[in-house]
Amino acid sequence: MEMKPQKNKLLKLFTSTMLISAFTFGGGYVIVPLMKKKFVDELHWLNEEETLDFVAIAQSSPGAVAVNASILLGYRIAGFPGALVAILGTILPPMVILSILSLFYMEFKESPAVNAVLGAMRAGVAAVIVNVVFSMGGNILAEKDVVSVVVMAAVFAAVYFFKVNIILVILLCAAIGIIRTYVRLRKEAGK
Amino acid sequence: MILLKLFLSFLQIGLFSIGGGYAALPLIQNQVVDVHGWLTLSEFVDVISIAEMTPGPIAVNSATFVGIKIAGVVGAIVATAGCILPSCVIVLLLAYLYQKYKKMTVMQGVLSGLRPTVVALIASAGASILLLALFDSESIALNDVDWQNVAITAAGIAALRIFDPNPIWVIGGAGAVGLFLYFLGNSSGLEKILLIGLAIVVLAGLGAFYFLRRRKQDGDKTNGA
Repeated sequence: MEMKPQKNKLLKLFTSTMLISAFTFGGGYVIVPLMKKKFVDELHWLNEEETLDFVAIAQSSPGAVAVNASILLGYRIAGFPGALVAILGTILPPMVILSILSLFYMEFKESPAVNAVLGAMRAGVAAVIVNVVFSMGGNILAEKDVVSVVVMAAVFAAVYFFKVNIILVILLCAAIGIIRTYVRLRKEAGK
Repeated sequence: MILLKLFLSFLQIGLFSIGGGYAALPLIQNQVVDVHGWLTLSEFVDVISIAEMTPGPIAVNSATFVGIKIAGVVGAIVATAGCILPSCVIVLLLAYLYQKYKKMTVMQGVLSGLRPTVVALIASAGASILLLALFDSESIALNDVDWQNVAITAAGIAALRIFDPNPIWVIGGAGAVGLFLYFLGNSSGLEKILLIGLAIVVLAGLGAFYFLRRRKQDGDKTNGA
């Protein structure tokens, strides 16, 4: 009896990561709105802050962001077995799709119907990611912390307009976090 | 021997591609095209466009593609395993450390400092995706607006705001609309009427499904309270 909830949890984790992976078009960050909806809003296995932490860690580690994020997610939810299950769920859809496509990829690439579907899906992905940026950005603004807002605007400008190296940006922002914590602790100790 | 080569080659790609996605491309090209000659340059360009058209990380996609071409399904599995092994080891270690130390004051400071950063990174990726969808290029070109995609994006955002569905419905639904419009543009008069009729039936079905589910959920809530 003890094993059953764990087994159900792993199965749910597997099917959820597989479904999410099958719709992660357009790069690793698209995993964020999908992960947030499934694991934060529907299953309540995580909170929104953890999702953002996972992305920060996934982005700073070697390998694909989506795979890294699913390892962190799986480990958080069900330990080592959870991580294995989440990895498997994440890599199976692209592996199966690419294996099948490798047989007739020229026809696929040049089919006007396929291109019509994928072009429109791009618009769907754009809607999804714009929506999550507004809701997550709104949450940051609602905290009314001036430094957070300035950091958010500066990082966007640095990465989007000036193409600054993302790892450098993350290290710098982590340093700002450490300094702010230190200053806050000093202030509290002073009181 | 070839399997070992595949494994080691994609292991290097997995280990040195920090930041994912396009950061991995030059590494993959170096290993797959220049060092081993498993793909020609034009095949490699094809792999990139296929990877863009299919879900999943570009490194996993190219590992599968190259693996299959060189050594069949076993090759695909070996190459993909090599590609994700470094992530597995390093990120698992980080996951362990994160769970263990996330309550520490310094960690809290670092992580809360990184949250606005990550939102900005997502926004930056989102801006590129949005421009690509609306203008079919990475820059704003007002004479080259893809109005169909503008409409789909606007409808998608509205649907997400009003109904808060799983985003998968919006992405899949956008694809279905694209397919519908494609067939509509390539059909004769009678076929057009049939297609529109079919679309109305599907939409009505989805609407009814949504309505019934909504009523059931409301009923559950009332019962629960």
